[in-house]
Amino acid sequence: MKKSVFLGTLATAALVAGYASAATLDDVKARGSLNCGVSTGVNGFSAPDANGVWQGFDVAVCRAVAAAVLGDPMAVNFVPTTGQTRFTALASGEIDILARNTTWTFSRDTDLGFTFIGVNYYDGQGFMVNRALGVSSATELDGATVCIQTGTTTELNLADYFRINNMTYEPVPIETNAEAQQQYLAGACDVYTTDASGLAATRASFETPGDHVILPEIISKEPLGPLVRQGDDQWADIARWTLNALVAAEELGVTSSNLEQMAAGTNNPEINRLLGAEGDLGAMIGLDAQWAMRAIAAGGNYGEIFAATIGEATPIGLARGLNAQWTQGGLLYAPPFR
Amino acid sequence: MAMDSGAQQPAFRLSMLLYDSRYRSMTIQVFALFVLMLGAAWLVYNTKTNLEALGKPFGFDFLFNTAGYDIAQRPIEYSSQSTHLRATVVGLLNTLILAVMACIMATVLGVAAGVLRLSKNWIVARLMTVYIETFRNVPVLIWIIVVSAVMSESMPAPSAFRGENATSSMLLFDSVAITNRGVYVPAPLFSLDLGAMFGMPNLGTGLNWLVIIAVLIASFWLNKRLLAHATAVQNATGVRPKTWWKSLLIFLAPLAVLLVIFGFHAEYPELRGFNFTGGIQMRNSLIAMWIGLSIYTAAFIAENVRAGILAIAKGQTEAAYALGMQPGKTMRLVILPQAMRVIVPPLISQYLNITKNTSLGLAVGYMDLRSTLGGITINQTGRELEGMLLLMLIYLVISLIISTVMNYYNNRIKLKER
Ligand SMILES: N[C@@H](CCC(=O)N[C@@H](CS)C(=O)NCC(=O)O)C(=O)O
Repeated sequence: MKKSVFLGTLATAALVAGYASAATLDDVKARGSLNCGVSTGVNGFSAPDANGVWQGFDVAVCRAVAAAVLGDPMAVNFVPTTGQTRFTALASGEIDILARNTTWTFSRDTDLGFTFIGVNYYDGQGFMVNRALGVSSATELDGATVCIQTGTTTELNLADYFRINNMTYEPVPIETNAEAQQQYLAGACDVYTTDASGLAATRASFETPGDHVILPEIISKEPLGPLVRQGDDQWADIARWTLNALVAAEELGVTSSNLEQMAAGTNNPEINRLLGAEGDLGAMIGLDAQWAMRAIAAGGNYGEIFAATIGEATPIGLARGLNAQWTQGGLLYAPPFR
Repeated sequence: MAMDSGAQQPAFRLSMLLYDSRYRSMTIQVFALFVLMLGAAWLVYNTKTNLEALGKPFGFDFLFNTAGYDIAQRPIEYSSQSTHLRATVVGLLNTLILAVMACIMATVLGVAAGVLRLSKNWIVARLMTVYIETFRNVPVLIWIIVVSAVMSESMPAPSAFRGENATSSMLLFDSVAITNRGVYVPAPLFSLDLGAMFGMPNLGTGLNWLVIIAVLIASFWLNKRLLAHATAVQNATGVRPKTWWKSLLIFLAPLAVLLVIFGFHAEYPELRGFNFTGGIQMRNSLIAMWIGLSIYTAAFIAENVRAGILAIAKGQTEAAYALGMQPGKTMRLVILPQAMRVIVPPLISQYLNITKNTSLGLAVGYMDLRSTLGGITINQTGRELEGMLLLMLIYLVISLIISTVMNYYNNRIKLKER
């Protein structure tokens, strides 16, 4: 008798655990807000503004998902994570989605048990040094002291790069971008290395950005994208297609200013399907017909978000480069909405 | 057995488990144990199912995969191509190195501060009170970060040592360089490498050091004999022969001969490229942890020492003075040996605290066990549970070893009650 009660308790516990991890969508709806993991602060990507409202390129993804699922782009709890804590936070269910310039790698996608829902920024690892050092190439960095963030692909790439090129270096492991910035500016390391976009964002926040150069070498591929827990396909689909909707909107010319008018119906059937004027794509992922429209309304299409947060008109000043639409020679290519 | 055969034992009934006070506590304990085990089993089972649901089977295979990351402070050979296991060992050694350094420094500082707080000199005593109260009452992490910030913000960069009009220069006849990346001191080297000579190149110059230690122990023993002899002569004739120059000779002569044979020399740090090379580098992270932990824990040890000294009756001091002993000798020969009995037990827990607090190393990038196994390895492999369990186990073992050794010492010095 006692044994069966015991087993029964276990079975229920297991069921509850299994259930909780399977229906993120229901959890988010019941909670009324989306828990989104972001960085502890990288200007342009995810950082709170003067009013304490999170802004940035990665933040915009979470706002779009919240708008699609909950109808309110502001219904997001942002959870700052470091390179070391981000995966635990996602795996444990503390956050529903992680949008923190995280590189899509094989082991993270498979062994660590996550699902990357796409790439929102194609990047690569670079080096930044003080101009006064007179270094013009990464191959001149033998013996340098290098600041790196721990728990990242950065530290692995760095080890490989220096080993392959028969150079030595002195690693200074650091937890957050802010600390790395402080150590680098104090001269405690000669070089700061991370994703080139992160370097640009960090440099833009310096008092004299012109004193620092980003070296020409890009030593790795860093496709940065949002990710969710593996095993909840519906939730992964929602996140994936929300990102695709932002990309497709730019390709199709849907912007935040013409959104209302296009939603009423156009003569382009793909736009009609995307914005819910035709067919019922929303129902296929458990949402209503206007989900994508709301996602785009949150911060504009991919191009608008890029321009407003990290584009050439901002202090960070990143060019579109690889992140242009495929029609413009870039890599952005949203699958058809059909 | 205290079985009273005279009284009639009532037959055992099940209800007695609850209503009979002889059995009730037993029942409650068995029940509590059962609930506890149920809880533990539930946790284990739940963890296992959840891990399986995530597709992460439990296992320690990851320890044998390539680590892929570099560690700056490597007491043993290690590269990014080594395994996670080796990275763990490097971390463990770094933890132990830091713990030993901090324990020694904290003890020295703590004993000094504790004794000085009882000084008759008003200023000294007040200064020590201020030191103890401020350092004891601010979290250790803050001290560590303060030291780290002072080192990296206010010390000169290596480039400041370069060129014609260098703004900084090395200290102590160009042998020590204090930079914002750490302190560089000369390294002791031997031209004659015993390890290589006897076909054990892995040992490096470890064999040389072993020989030196052996010789020092022998000198120590000889010196003891010499002193015993001097005491015997004193007892017999009333005059103590002069021994100091003989002692000096016993210690210095063999050591000097040995060092000359081994070709002892120092390697000085030298500015080359971006950094100083050669010599021994004590990195900022090590210095910050070492000083931070030491000054913080020393404040606690000082209080233990003060309590120990105050626990010794004033009569002891008076008796020593009556015998004509000077205050310094009284402290060293009469008070402290007795005070040790009071001081050692809390000292054990301070040593344990230091060892456990080394795990704050992550905050300043000190690559201890927590930062290697418990930090980067866990993060790169996603094996949080296994890593954390292993981490807990290792800390537990270290702590148990420390307290066993210290308890042994405590048993030796404590009052023998016969
Ligand atoms: N893409 C790499 C590195 C990501 C990373 O840590 N980037 C830094 C610099 S851009 C960052 O986001 N820091 C934010 C923080 O410190 O919270 C990875 O996924 O491992």
